[in-house]
Amino acid sequence: MDAFTTLTGIAVPLSEANIDTNQICPTRFNKVPRGPRFAQVLLHDRRFNADGSEKPDFILNQEPYRKAVIAVAGRNFGVGSSRETAVFGIITFGIRAVIAPNFGDIFFSNSLKNGMLPVRLPAETVDLLMQQLLNERGAQMTVDLSSQTVTGPDGKTYHFDVEPLSKKRLLKGLDEIEHTLEYGDAIKRFEQGHAKAQPWLVS
Amino acid sequence: MNAASKTLFDKVWDNHVVAVEEDETLLYVDRCLIHEGSRHTFDTLHERGLTVAHPDKVFAFSDHYIPTDPQARARGVSSVPDPEIRNMIELLTSNTAEYGIAKYGWGDEQQGILHVAGPELGLSQPGIVLVGADSHTSTHGAFGNISFGIGSSETTHVVATQTIWQRRPGTLRITIDGALGFGVTAKDIILAIIAKIGIGGAIGYSIEYSGSAIKRMSMNERMTICNMSIEAGGKAGLVAPDDTTYQFLNGRPFAPKGKAWDEALAYWRTLPSDPGAKFSKEVTIDAGRVVPMVTWGTNPEQSLPITDRVPDPAQEPDVEKRTEFNKALAYMDLKPGMPLTDIAVDRVFIGSCTNSRIDDIRAAAAVAKLGHAVVPAWVVPGSESVKRQAEAEGLDRVFTEAGFEWRGAGCSLCTALNGDQLKPGERCGSTSNRNFQGRQGPGGRTHLMSPAMAAAAALRGHLVDVRELARN
Ligand code: SF4
Repeated sequence: MDAFTTLTGIAVPLSEANIDTNQICPTRFNKVPRGPRFAQVLLHDRRFNADGSEKPDFILNQEPYRKAVIAVAGRNFGVGSSRETAVFGIITFGIRAVIAPNFGDIFFSNSLKNGMLPVRLPAETVDLLMQQLLNERGAQMTVDLSSQTVTGPDGKTYHFDVEPLSKKRLLKGLDEIEHTLEYGDAIKRFEQGHAKAQPWLVS
Repeated sequence: MNAASKTLFDKVWDNHVVAVEEDETLLYVDRCLIHEGSRHTFDTLHERGLTVAHPDKVFAFSDHYIPTDPQARARGVSSVPDPEIRNMIELLTSNTAEYGIAKYGWGDEQQGILHVAGPELGLSQPGIVLVGADSHTSTHGAFGNISFGIGSSETTHVVATQTIWQRRPGTLRITIDGALGFGVTAKDIILAIIAKIGIGGAIGYSIEYSGSAIKRMSMNERMTICNMSIEAGGKAGLVAPDDTTYQFLNGRPFAPKGKAWDEALAYWRTLPSDPGAKFSKEVTIDAGRVVPMVTWGTNPEQSLPITDRVPDPAQEPDVEKRTEFNKALAYMDLKPGMPLTDIAVDRVFIGSCTNSRIDDIRAAAAVAKLGHAVVPAWVVPGSESVKRQAEAEGLDRVFTEAGFEWRGAGCSLCTALNGDQLKPGERCGSTSNRNFQGRQGPGGRTHLMSPAMAAAAALRGHLVDVRELARN
C-alpha cells in the first residue's frame, strides 16, 4: 500500500448527498482486473453517455478538475455495495482523499486498505468548504495526516479524527497482512481455545 | 440493571477477540463466504504468493454471474456468450480448486445466492463471526451471530489469516412490536425502518432486531429483515437465536449432530442479550401501523406506503432533501403528487437475496394465481433447493400458467451482472434491495417492494395495493 502523509492540490466539489458505490463504480465494471482502465470507471455513468462520449456538464470532465487530488462530497458518501472497485476508480483517477460528513462503513475500510484517506468533518464544515470550492474554481486544499488537519481554500485549518491504528498504517504504508502475521502465535492460541469451546465448528 | 449485562453482539464479539492494538480488535473469523465477484481477492493472493490459512472455513458460491435462463443453464458454462462473464464463472472454479475451497457452482444441487444457499447448508450458526465478500452478508445475522460484508482487500486478509481488524461498532436495538396487518410482510417492515432512520441511520452501529413481531417471524422473514440492515448503513443485523432458529438449523449439512448438537444448543441458549443490557441507541416500530411499502426514488429510504402519492419536492422544507427529491424524480421520470398506484411498470422481478426464499415464492404464487401477468415477469429462486422445493409444490406451474417466467437460481436482475438487465428507461417492480441509479442496468428504474406486491404489479401492469387484489 502507498503511504499517505500530506496532500495538496485541486479539490473537486461533488456537491450532492448519497453518492453510492453503484454510482462510483457501475456494477458491470466489477469484473475488470485492476489497472489503468479504472480512471474511466469512476462515476462512469454520470460522466459518460451511452456512446462513450463525455457529458461536458459533469464536473470531473471540466478543467481543472481532471487533475483533482481531493474531493469534497455530501453525506453518506460510498454507501451501498461492498465493491472495492469503487475505491480503485477514485485512486486511479488521481484522488487520494475524500472529505464528507460521513461514509458507508465498508467503503470507509476499503479506502484505508488502499491508501485513500476518507476524512470525516462536521456537516457545517463540509458545507463551508463546498461553498468556497464552488465560489473559486480550481481552488486548492491540503490534507495532512500527521497533524490530522484539512486546510481549506481560505487558509483556515480544521482538525479531523482518525483512528490511531489506521493512521499508523497509512503514514507508513504498512502492509496489513504482514502486520497481522506477526500475531501468528496469538491466532494459534485462540484457535486452540476456540476449538475446545466450540468443537462443532471444526470440520 | 447489572453492569455485567451484555448484548448478543457483545457476547459474540468478546468470544472472538484474538488481540487488541490501539483502537482496533483482531477478531477471529469462523466462516468466510465468497462468490464469482471475488476475483480481486484471488488476483492479490496470486500476485503476493499468499496461502489460504483454512480452506475449510471458506465457501464459494456461483451466483452473481451465472445465467438464470434455464436453457443457457442446460447448455453449460462454455456456452456463455460474453467472454468476460464466462471468465468470471470459470475463475471461481479454477481459483477455488487451486486453494481447496468448497464451491457450490454451476450444476450443483446446493448452488445459489451466497445468502440463500449458505444458510440452507447450515453454515450460518448462532454465536459465530461470519464475513462475506458482499454487503448483504448482514443476512446471516438472523441466526444470532455477527455477520458483515467486506471488500476484496479485507477478504484477502481474512483468507490469509482467518482474522480481521475491526473497530467495535455501537449497538442499535430496533424493537418491532405488534402484529403485521393483512398483506404486510417482513419486506414492508424493513422498508419502513429504513424510511424512518434513513440510509445513513445505522452507520457505525450493529443492529439487533427484537420485539414480538420479530419473535413470531420465520427464519426466512428474519433473513429478509437482516439482509437490508446495510441499506440503513448498519454494520450488521442480528436477531436473538430461539427455537425457530434451532428448528431451522437442525439436520442441515453443516449443523452439529448428536452430542455436538446438544453442546451447541446449550451454548446458543446463552447468547440472547441479557435483560437490562445497554444499547447505544434505541428505535421502536409499531408493526401494526405498517402498510405495504414501495420505493419511489433512487435509494432505499425513499419509500412510502402504497396508498400514498409521489412526494412533491416543493413541499419539502429541507433544501438538501428538496434537491435530492428533484433529482430522484427526474431520474425516475415521475410527477410530484401522482398516486403511487398510477406508476406503470414495464417488468417485474421476483428474486434476490432479500426475497427469493420459499416463503417469498409461495407469497408471490398466491397472488399470481389470481390472474395473468400483463408485463414480462421473472421469478428467480435464490437457490437450486428453493427451486426444487417450489417445483415439488407445483408453484413453477402456477407461475407459468399465469404468464410469469420461472428461471434458474442466481442474483440475476438484482444487480445486472450476468447480462439480465433493464434497458435504459425501463421501469421494474422488484423484490431486491437496491434502487440506486442504474442498479438493474444503465438507465433502468427500480421500485422495491415485497414479493406479493411485485406479483400484483405484474398482474396489473402498474403498482397496486396487493390487499385490494387479495381481498376480492
Ligand atoms: S441477490 Fe443482489 S444483493 Fe443479493 S448478493 Fe446477489 S447481487 Fe447482491
